[in-house]
Amino acid sequence: MSEHDISVTVNGEQHELSVEPRTLLVTALRDELGYTGANVGCETGRCGACTVRVNGEAIKSCTRLAVQADGSEIETVEGLGENGDLSALQERFQEHHGLQCGYCTPGMLVTAETFLRENDDPSREEIREAIEGNLCRCTGYQNIVDAIEATADQLGEHR
Amino acid sequence: MYTNDFDYYRADSVDDALALLGDHDGAELVAGAHGLLPRMKTGEESPPALVDISQLSGLAAIEETDGSSGDSGGDGVSIGALATHTDIANSEIVRQRATALADAAAELGDPQVRNGGTIGGNLAHGDARSDPPAALLALDGSLVARSAGGERTIDATDLFEGPFETAVSSDEIVTGIRIPTADDAVSGYYKRRNPLSGYAMVGVGVWLRTDGETVQEARVAVTGATTTPTRLPGVEDELEGAAVTEEAITAAAAQAGTTLPDEAFVSDVQASAEYRAHLLTVDTERVLGEVLDVDYSSH
Repeated sequence: MSEHDISVTVNGEQHELSVEPRTLLVTALRDELGYTGANVGCETGRCGACTVRVNGEAIKSCTRLAVQADGSEIETVEGLGENGDLSALQERFQEHHGLQCGYCTPGMLVTAETFLRENDDPSREEIREAIEGNLCRCTGYQNIVDAIEATADQLGEHR
Repeated sequence: MYTNDFDYYRADSVDDALALLGDHDGAELVAGAHGLLPRMKTGEESPPALVDISQLSGLAAIEETDGSSGDSGGDGVSIGALATHTDIANSEIVRQRATALADAAAELGDPQVRNGGTIGGNLAHGDARSDPPAALLALDGSLVARSAGGERTIDATDLFEGPFETAVSSDEIVTGIRIPTADDAVSGYYKRRNPLSGYAMVGVGVWLRTDGETVQEARVAVTGATTTPTRLPGVEDELEGAAVTEEAITAAAAQAGTTLPDEAFVSDVQASAEYRAHLLTVDTERVLGEVLDVDYSSH
């Protein structure tokens, strides 16, 4: 099968690559470009471990063909912090122990960071709804919600 | 995970997409990929070619249409096929004028799935567990489909032919959906989520015109519980002319599980057909109570 040349921007850096039509976006990010933050979990669009932002929207990168992302701006968990520092959300995940095995964490972080851009004063119920598409197989949701809530509180202090 | 090999073509216009469909036997359209790609991974579908319409511009608009402007056939809402479920859930126009569809879009999947999936693909795909079909049926909406031969309208009642089978043919592109609206109508959608899959175990869409005391016109439709999304004429008949009271709602909802043949209901490891029929009655009662603002707190 023929390969297709695509161009994507990941965390501000432009990349040119060739992909087979059937290459998933998450596979291209991980295996072709080395962004291994997005994890491959269920591969059915349910678990959310592969969540990245495409043109500002959080999506599951196992349910998008890489070739469809041609021309897109992609943000992965590697792009959350700046200059090697953790983002506020990442720091709160660390403080509140918002991870156990860590497999779901990159997806949780990208989803939560996107959610907090739209709602910086959420209720716990709204936080739970926001991470509905991210499954934690350690079932460590309590601390994840705590970490997101603490980040929102911190953002609120700067409002 | 890799699907089987396929050829990929990106369309830059609807006409281009139609030409590509015509040139490549067995080609399927892809946009949000949320219906097709998971089924390609499991091998349930294996098209030799995909025609990507996700980057077509001008197919995601959500607009009110005015009956006085001519060809739109009455007041309504027009939604482009590439509108995502997030676009629809967040649209004030849909929330106000076609509430059942906004409810269904907001209940579908999860935030990332709603960002990825499109309404045209959802409806053309014909997954009988998905939420929008019940809303479209209750709202008496229709799809606008284009082929090389021209444009046609497919009414919701003619759309769903069976599991993953719809009246949209392989040489057609759904360009949008149309929903008629009325100022005295209310609508809503209630979903009982399957905790494993996230799809509707039972989803009920309702649309009602009332004068505040009596139901004048009613449409009720189900998804998830039945092998094909379908209207519930037994409930509709019972509702029309009935008073807006708890007793009348209960009597109408009681028709939900009984007027369909047993074989219409899905039976699987998670819920028997009998249980789904029971839930359908319970959930029809619930959504009618919500939409008609009848207090069910005593239940």
